[in-house]
Amino acid sequence: MSDFSKDGYLNMELLRFTTAGSVDDGKSTLIGRLLYDSKQIFEDQLEAIEQRSSQRGFEHVDLSLLTDGLKAEREQGITIDVAYRYFATPKRKFIIADTPGHIQYTRNMVTGASTANAALILVDARKGVLEQTIRHSFIASLLQIPHLIICINKMDLVNYEEAAFEKVVDEFKSLSSKLDIKDVSFLPISALLGDNVVDKSKNMSWYNGPTLMYLLENLHISSDENHIDCRFPVQYVIRPQQTEYHDYRGYAGRISSGIFKPGDKIKVLPSEEIATVKTIELFGEEIPEAYSPMSVTITLDRDVDISRGDMIVRENNVPNILQEFDVMVCWLNSTPLQGGGKYALRHTTKDARCIIKDIRYKIDISTLHRNEEDKKIGMNDIARISIKTTVPIFFDSYRKNRHTGSIILIDESTNETIGAGMIV
Amino acid sequence: MILYHLNHLRELEAEAIYIIRETASQFERPAMLFSGGKDSIVMTHLARKAFYPARIPFPLLHIDTGHNFPETIEFRDKMVAEIGANLIVRNVQDSINSGRAKEEKGPNASRNMLQTITLLDALEELKVDAAMGGARRDEEKARAKERFFSHRDEFGQWDPKNQRPELWMLLNGRKHQGEHFRVFPLSNWTEMDVWMYIAMEKIDIPNIYFTHQREIVKRDGMLLANSEYITVRETEKAEMMTVRFRTIGDMTCTGAVLSPANSLQQIIEEVAASKTTERGTRSDDKRSETAMEDRKKAGYF
Repeated sequence: MSDFSKDGYLNMELLRFTTAGSVDDGKSTLIGRLLYDSKQIFEDQLEAIEQRSSQRGFEHVDLSLLTDGLKAEREQGITIDVAYRYFATPKRKFIIADTPGHIQYTRNMVTGASTANAALILVDARKGVLEQTIRHSFIASLLQIPHLIICINKMDLVNYEEAAFEKVVDEFKSLSSKLDIKDVSFLPISALLGDNVVDKSKNMSWYNGPTLMYLLENLHISSDENHIDCRFPVQYVIRPQQTEYHDYRGYAGRISSGIFKPGDKIKVLPSEEIATVKTIELFGEEIPEAYSPMSVTITLDRDVDISRGDMIVRENNVPNILQEFDVMVCWLNSTPLQGGGKYALRHTTKDARCIIKDIRYKIDISTLHRNEEDKKIGMNDIARISIKTTVPIFFDSYRKNRHTGSIILIDESTNETIGAGMIV
Repeated sequence: MILYHLNHLRELEAEAIYIIRETASQFERPAMLFSGGKDSIVMTHLARKAFYPARIPFPLLHIDTGHNFPETIEFRDKMVAEIGANLIVRNVQDSINSGRAKEEKGPNASRNMLQTITLLDALEELKVDAAMGGARRDEEKARAKERFFSHRDEFGQWDPKNQRPELWMLLNGRKHQGEHFRVFPLSNWTEMDVWMYIAMEKIDIPNIYFTHQREIVKRDGMLLANSEYITVRETEKAEMMTVRFRTIGDMTCTGAVLSPANSLQQIIEEVAASKTTERGTRSDDKRSETAMEDRKKAGYF
């Protein structure tokens, strides 16, 4: 394990990333390689995979076995869904949302992508940009993952040639012009042999860029959050039943965006009452500036009727307050979306119900073609829909704010989460 | 420009507090599982932070196997008195006495499996609809797939194939009558994060996490504390060693590690240099490759 000095560890940032690729792209090998080369594999884990590699007659230790899953999965030869893996370097702690490449990829990748700072997309250098590369990139752009890293893998199988790498880069660039991607990097790697994963490749002197690990450690993520529009969905009202705190009213929640300070003039939605922030605190400690993703408690200068599901915003910067709006929805369930159907909806800390007013179009995520005729929205489909809610929702567009722009739809009879929505 | 960015421990803290508050909001009768181990101590600390200055608005539930380290019980009672929490204890011994659970036999007998029976009975008796636990995804591969809000059927069983997708931080705790949830606020923490957080927040922990002298029985590569709960075989002998515990569970299945670490700083250095996983000191996980997955399906944490 890496050596952490205490202070160094306290200054680490957290980076969440998702990985996409099909079974043959070497995704598991790449994750295994990142864990192995950053010395995050313990002896008992390594022994277990060495043993299983030799049982299977492999020449090398199969690093992909490190991410092998449950008995239920091995029996069926599938991966059930997102598995989370952790590793750290002295600079950052990483959370990988490892999503499988089989048929339910859309549902799983959307889930993993929803909280990711970065997406790693694997492309086989021999095959170039494929239909699935388009799908993965589209989902990354739809979910507004701030950083995209295209790992052009298996460079060892194309003799580490620059031309093979450049060809994939060109193919991807012509595709990505159709997508909404903020920051994209291209890396030539071999996950199997370790080229440019943690250690710089000795086989590609033509490549002067960073290794994957360097990139992950240095991606500029502190500006990924929205620090402009102040949004605080009230999660829980703290009213101590102790005499010393008789008049205490604290509004507990997690800051979605913006920077809140004591003295700020705020507006409470939906009542539109105005008040001033008295304190922002956690466990009795006053916080001078609170920003996403902090969990805090806010007290106000006067009594206002506030409950869970309300939102505290700045007086002069309010979100949309509407009952009808459009959503890009990814369908997560085998029961198809019902046009005219009613669903439970969750947005920030607010519960509501909604009716599907219109299915505008379905997106063919392999060609990015919009199909206005096909209204059958099943598992893994992505569509633009219009909905009407029972109560006003306080939202920003997903593009501006991932926290106040996202919703989930819930089947009221099974209680399952069946749709993931990004407000247009 | 790192001005408006949290360090990773503060981000994990904010996430856990959010999940705990969400549990208190979405469920009628939540409870927090408390074992006396470091993870449940950290979780309890986070619950205090989440609702301060109010007290923790749900009970702590301890499923006492009767095979706990005495130091753990002593710590538990002191902590509960200090923070004014409502502690509920349910005993595996009572489940055995009433015939609900059957004691294992032999030198490796453990009450680990029996806990599940007492736990499920307690959840039903107390009508708990969300039980928070300190399990972490880095502990074991079955746990790597856990949700923050993990749905359980009427029998308390975990069906890995039928879990709700969790997007953004929109947690769905809706359920039918009789069903309940397990909630894991520390899902994204690693062993190292827990230790660093304990050091950062100066959280009190049981003294057996620090080095001490103890009578130890070596068994199957593990260092078990000699106690009335284990049977020393003829080929074994109990000897004094300088040890500490890396995890705290039952005395029958929690192995010690040889260690001179007597401060959090030294423990952290030891964890950073460690070559084996934390669960490597737990014989309950060594019973088979899928021990955790099988127990979880049956209703274990």
